[in-house]
Amino acid sequence: MTASNSTLNQTSTMNDIEQFESGNSLWHDAWVRLRKNKLALVSLFVLIFIGVICLLTPWIAPYGYEQQDLALGASAPSAAHWFGTDTLGRDLLTRVMYGGRVSLAVGLIATAVALTIGVTWGAIAGYTGGRVDAIMMRLVDIIYALPFMIFIVLLMVVFGRSLLLLFLAIGAVEWLTMARIVRGQVQTIRQLEFVEAAISIGLSKAAIIRRHIIPNALGPVIVYTTLTIPNVMLLEAFLSFLGLGIQPPESSWGVLIANGVESMEEYPWLLIFPGLALSIVLFSLNFLGDGLRDALDVRASKD
Amino acid sequence: MLRFILSRLLQAIPVLLVVITVTFFLVRFAPGGPFDGERKVDPSVLKALEAQYNLDQPLMSQYFSFLGDLVQGDLGPSFKYPGRSVNELIGAGFPITAELGIYAILVALLIGAIAGVFSALKPNSARDYISMSTAMIGICMPAFLLGPLLILIFGIWLEWLPVSGWGDLPGDKILPSVTLGAVYAAYVARLSRGGMLEVLSQDYIRTARAKGLPEHVVILKHGLRAGMLPVVAYLGPAFAGILSGSFVIESVFQIQGLGRFYVLAAFNRDYTLIMGCTVFLATLIIVFNLLSDVLSAYLNPRLRSQLGGK
Amino acid sequence: MTLLTVNNLSTSFYTRNGLTKAVEDVSFSLDAGETLAIVGESGSGKSVSCYSIMGLIPCPPGKIESGSAVFDGVDLLNCSDDEIRAVRGNKIAMIFQDPMTCLNPYLTVGEQLIEPLIYHHKVSRSEAKKKAIELMTEVGIRSPETNFNAWPHEFSGGMRQRVMIAMALIAEPKLLIADEPTTALDVTIQKQILDLVAEIQKKRDLGIIFISHDLGVVKNLADKVLVMKTGHIVEQGNAQDVLENPQHEYTQKLLAAIPKGAKENPKAEENPEPLIQVKNLVTEFNVNGNRFRAVDNVNFDILPKEILGLVGESGSGKSTIGRSILRLVDAQGSVNYRGDELLSKNPQQMKPLRRKMQMIFQDPYASLNPRMTIYETLAEPMKLHGIAKGSELNQAVLKLMDDVGLARAFVKKYPHEFSGGQRQRIAIGRAIATKPEFIVADEPVSALDVTIQKQILELIQYLVDKHELSMLFISHDLAVVRKLCDRVIVLKHGELVESGNVEALWQQPSHVYTQSLLAAAMH
Repeated sequence: MTASNSTLNQTSTMNDIEQFESGNSLWHDAWVRLRKNKLALVSLFVLIFIGVICLLTPWIAPYGYEQQDLALGASAPSAAHWFGTDTLGRDLLTRVMYGGRVSLAVGLIATAVALTIGVTWGAIAGYTGGRVDAIMMRLVDIIYALPFMIFIVLLMVVFGRSLLLLFLAIGAVEWLTMARIVRGQVQTIRQLEFVEAAISIGLSKAAIIRRHIIPNALGPVIVYTTLTIPNVMLLEAFLSFLGLGIQPPESSWGVLIANGVESMEEYPWLLIFPGLALSIVLFSLNFLGDGLRDALDVRASKD
Repeated sequence: MLRFILSRLLQAIPVLLVVITVTFFLVRFAPGGPFDGERKVDPSVLKALEAQYNLDQPLMSQYFSFLGDLVQGDLGPSFKYPGRSVNELIGAGFPITAELGIYAILVALLIGAIAGVFSALKPNSARDYISMSTAMIGICMPAFLLGPLLILIFGIWLEWLPVSGWGDLPGDKILPSVTLGAVYAAYVARLSRGGMLEVLSQDYIRTARAKGLPEHVVILKHGLRAGMLPVVAYLGPAFAGILSGSFVIESVFQIQGLGRFYVLAAFNRDYTLIMGCTVFLATLIIVFNLLSDVLSAYLNPRLRSQLGGK
Repeated sequence: MTLLTVNNLSTSFYTRNGLTKAVEDVSFSLDAGETLAIVGESGSGKSVSCYSIMGLIPCPPGKIESGSAVFDGVDLLNCSDDEIRAVRGNKIAMIFQDPMTCLNPYLTVGEQLIEPLIYHHKVSRSEAKKKAIELMTEVGIRSPETNFNAWPHEFSGGMRQRVMIAMALIAEPKLLIADEPTTALDVTIQKQILDLVAEIQKKRDLGIIFISHDLGVVKNLADKVLVMKTGHIVEQGNAQDVLENPQHEYTQKLLAAIPKGAKENPKAEENPEPLIQVKNLVTEFNVNGNRFRAVDNVNFDILPKEILGLVGESGSGKSTIGRSILRLVDAQGSVNYRGDELLSKNPQQMKPLRRKMQMIFQDPYASLNPRMTIYETLAEPMKLHGIAKGSELNQAVLKLMDDVGLARAFVKKYPHEFSGGQRQRIAIGRAIATKPEFIVADEPVSALDVTIQKQILELIQYLVDKHELSMLFISHDLAVVRKLCDRVIVLKHGELVESGNVEALWQQPSHVYTQSLLAAAMH
């Protein structure tokens, strides 16, 4: 890299773009950093493992979901029933696997709802700016100030305990933070000089958003999405525990924990295994989220 | 500063009105009435009951009379606890919930802030890893799981502490307070660690060290205030979380507080009690959000002088 | 009398790539009342050396490998924490580069001022306050009684640096370490601060270590100069010897990089048709609900093939003018480009014109999209304007890399894999990719080290000549402007105060503001 121009003719034989070595993109660098973070990597594998098991539950579950063994009743963990059985003699491992399907589904779907609304809302507000931004974010502030937990409880009471409503209600809470994060990101990036450069090149708004803004706002969105899933799962479990979420015969980890609490003095495994399952998934998601945050170099800021 | 508080108060009023209105209509449009019990109620009795509770009036007039009573601080009679007003029930339940909440906040702030600050002073040290891993356990162990587990361990297996109640036996307040505060202690620890780390990397901390100030002065006088700002901003949401968390804690530990009333009212479709509690809790939460905002602004001199007055 | 003797200082840092040596085998000494300037570019280890002496390197990740620094009979590198703390801020004081971030925003100015006295000399608060107010007067802070209770954010940058100086002096130190104390300040303020430091030194017989990247700043100030490069001392000695007769190649290079003198062959055409005519340009922003007029009724022409310098201090609105012309911010008035009125065009109509006018930005770290390869960055404008496609596009990109002096092999790399100077070359490449007629260059070299700065300036001059470009060159650095520009306009608080040929204006500035700018720059 000498001063300017004279030294470069020697390279004129190197004409083919393909022959040159590719650089390391920031995504690649982030992946390298994530791979060095043992805790995050283990978490990722645990999540994949549990996810696959829950996906395949109907085919690999050791017993039927409703299959009872009243003669056996509640039995401690054994070779036949790894997690033990409940008071009706149903295999707890099977029930935890089925419950996991519901818990994870709620987590993923409600997060997807939150992601869609939040990203759209935040991106529009952040990129448009001015009055539109002010009004949109004011609205977010107002909704933010509502005591949501109480509202969700109320909603579940009033409209019965439907799964769909649960998704909507939880998604409706969680999108707010996402909208704030995305809006903050977009606003910051929009003021960066490479976006000004894109404007001065003459790139259209759509192309600027697609090529310059989205790729750079993706990091925080990924991190926050990872951290939203455990929040959503907690919320679902909280409602189910109060009897306001998932209803029998459907079951989730929250429901199983609630059932386990009732008989924990005599049959502690009924509490411990579903609790363990929930905690392990929450742990893994949080560790993975923290790992991604470090790897993608996302600063913890909301506005 | 006063203008800031006033403007925040003015913003809180529409929020509160939205809460009240939504609650009112949500509950009224709900399928299933308050008197749909196990046995059929005689139509004439039902009519009399509805007249007694104003349910025969047009919806809008019900709404406005509810608002009118609310302004006077009257939340009406309870449907399911005959002869008792919602005010009475809240009066009976809230002191217990308030006490529980205060202990929980204390647990959260004391344990959380100390753990967070000490972690931040030696990042990536053993004590940092230990307290941050513990905090992570706190975050991933919801109260409805932690509570029963603590009961199992300290109440049933070790028999050190009572398993339920509030103020009946010595030491029965410990487990509920710790359970409710644990999650928030974990969040506070993470926030204060992050806040302190951020502050300690600032140039003005280097200036303070360059002046030869003792390390405890650098940290306590120059670092702590800014480092705790994220925690102060979090107090509002934490308070809201603790109030709704009391629903779970009070059912797990069988405490007759407001949270328990609320959940029971929700199950029993006790309209007036639900509305009363919702309005009451929402007001509290909004007020605490306001206080936490004001405190954050007060602690930041730049913001303070922007808002006028020192 | 020797004040400080440093021997064989080596400092390392643990990084992701293992242990990196930041400073190796540094030795120097300083007498009372003497000024030692430590000069070097970024990463030379000049600050790390001084922070090591002061015990201000956080360990880990830092590690003092070896050496001694004897001050007043105490070896600062091998003493207890308490011993070195008793020296810091007491016998050795420091001032730092950025006065905006170096004062605690949560404590009043007075509170921070008196701390060294209270902790080192155990004096009472009222006594300390008395002393602080005396010092505030001495360093030129007006109404010290009231300002004692002011918050740092109520002060300007120059005032804060005065507070920093007062704070450093309050415990009567014998040695002052000044780490780039004027770099973040405007030229006129810079001069005031340097004069203040010189005056105080004379009065108190203070030893000063002056850390700077700028040999120009150092020359009127230092008794001794020490030049550092990548952690090593390359040359040290008497200031006059080093500056006038540098022995080491690197020192020579540094000195040669300082822009000096006038442009070699300025353009002087007789009354050419202007390329761009700016008339009654007004740009306003909303700041906290108030209208703020950043550019106030500005008129000027840009001629074909000339480099027009636009000079002003921070906040004068000079960047806003450049952005207004390119329609990056909304403005009123008229910008006429070869008969086209730019300010009335919609984005669709602007697009063909955008090809003709481009921008180079100040911060090469923010001006390149970190997620795009060099190829993508350079190809984007050419694809958009249909200049080239397919294999032709590949050739055009490679050609462009030759033009700006980047090796072709880097074409598929990402911006973060390059140094600041290389990034600025990429940004320049993007600006000339559409073969524009006019370029706005907004402080394109002020974020770069002097030696890199020189290369980029040469590149800009080369490209302007080769492609017959017109350029609006925005800068706060008068020496750079003089070296590069044909004509210059001077901006103050959004208003144009003076314009003319560079040399004419240099010889005879008519406006007071221009005079003070020039005086400050030529200290």
